[in-house]
Amino acid sequence: MELNLPSILTPDLGLLFWMLLAFLVVFFVLAKFGFPAIIGMVENRKKYIDESLRKAHEASQRLENIQKEGETILQEARQKQMLLLKEAADTRDAIIAKAQDKAREEGIRMIAEAKAEIENEKKAAISDIRAQVAELSVRVAEKILRKELSSDYGQMDTINRLLDEVAGDDKKN
Amino acid sequence: MKQIRTILFLIAMALLPLNICAADNGGEERLNIPEIVLEHLADSYEWHVASYEGRHFSIPLPIIVRSEETGEWSFCTAHTLPDKFFFDKAHHGKIYERLSDGTAVRPIDLSITKTVAQIWIVVIVLICVFLSCARWYKNRDEKSDAPKGFVGAVEMLVMTIYDDLIKPSVGDRHYRKFAPYLLTVFFFIFTTNIIGLIPVFPGGANVTGNINVTLFLAVCTMLAINVFGNKEYWKEIFWPDVPLFLKAYPAPVMPLIELFGVFTKPFALMIRLFANMMAGHAVILSFTCVIFLGWSMGVGYGIGLNVFSAVMLLFMNCLEVLVAFVQAYVFTMLSAVFIGLSHPEHHAHEENV
Repeated sequence: MELNLPSILTPDLGLLFWMLLAFLVVFFVLAKFGFPAIIGMVENRKKYIDESLRKAHEASQRLENIQKEGETILQEARQKQMLLLKEAADTRDAIIAKAQDKAREEGIRMIAEAKAEIENEKKAAISDIRAQVAELSVRVAEKILRKELSSDYGQMDTINRLLDEVAGDDKKN
Repeated sequence: MKQIRTILFLIAMALLPLNICAADNGGEERLNIPEIVLEHLADSYEWHVASYEGRHFSIPLPIIVRSEETGEWSFCTAHTLPDKFFFDKAHHGKIYERLSDGTAVRPIDLSITKTVAQIWIVVIVLICVFLSCARWYKNRDEKSDAPKGFVGAVEMLVMTIYDDLIKPSVGDRHYRKFAPYLLTVFFFIFTTNIIGLIPVFPGGANVTGNINVTLFLAVCTMLAINVFGNKEYWKEIFWPDVPLFLKAYPAPVMPLIELFGVFTKPFALMIRLFANMMAGHAVILSFTCVIFLGWSMGVGYGIGLNVFSAVMLLFMNCLEVLVAFVQAYVFTMLSAVFIGLSHPEHHAHEENV
């Protein structure tokens, strides 16, 4: 008769039928309601995480840029400061130099003025001295003359001598 | 303290079969281990839970048969079977109908047998698990935290299969279409295997170790491969890229081999899953039987073999948990690879040449 295999190896219509039905039920329920929910959620989450990562990356990039920018600004400010300081130093030096020049000029001018003054003073003093000397000599001469001319003889003598002398001076000249 | 309790428990477990053995040994019949194992592996019309002192406690399961003679459907249990039907011992105790002329025929039998009941339990478990997970996702969006606990574990398992198995095996272009089928196959086989390891009622039936179930799954995969296979796939079968004498004249050797391959692929899937799961159940049952065998030979043998069996059973059950996952994984992976192979792309082929 027919081959009598162990029952687990014997095809069985009822079991196959129920297996088909059960598998179809579980397949349709899981394929419609089970797996798409899980897989969809996980994929959405993955997308969301990727997006978040990208955003975070961008943000950090921007932050880095901002930092870099800040550093650049700082650097610029420092340079500007240095420039300003330098300018200030230059200005100061220039002012000092100018002032020195002016002072020197002033000095020279003052010295020149002083010299001129001194010269004038000298001249005035000399002329004064000269006038005084002349006056003194005139007075001395007067006194001498008055003494010598106190006698007539004396007067004549003196006149003669003086005339001689004057004549002698004229000759010399 | 904990260790002492464990040891006491083991001793108690080791001595437990003494009573049962004493009760069972009334008939002095020899233990026929192959028969017991095959009987436990086989399908049955009721769900045997326990036996004690010759009495069997079973959960009756509905029997649905259609009489060949009258065409009437009978709905009953094993105890209320109509007279014209009988359990034929020569055919694994399947229901046969005695016709009026005395011959016995197999009627159309859509009974909810133990295996069928187990399949429906698995279906209910799967639907409950996945719908509860889906409900968890319903009032959340992608900005909320990733799930923790059970939903997280399910999500992880689903995404492992989806990302690491289906996507690379089927290929980037087509995997979305086949993912629901492959995921269903994986979780169906995995859950069935795991529940099949529970020794008492809601589990323990040998489902994936039954050729009908693996046959069905293999046929589904075969359909998925061949129905959705593209033109290139069929061209590679009937007009492969080989010299003419190999594919047309004198004999179409390559097309024959390729056509044969169409059937051997699902056949290998079927046999692999069936044999692995059946063997696992058989080994566990055999080790369980060794305990009874030992006690029937004497107390000394009993204790010795009992300890040995307990250790081996523990080991085998751990191994079977691994096998349950691995076989589900392998079945799904090979299905995915075969489906991927049925969508070859022309340029990919040329690159290989």
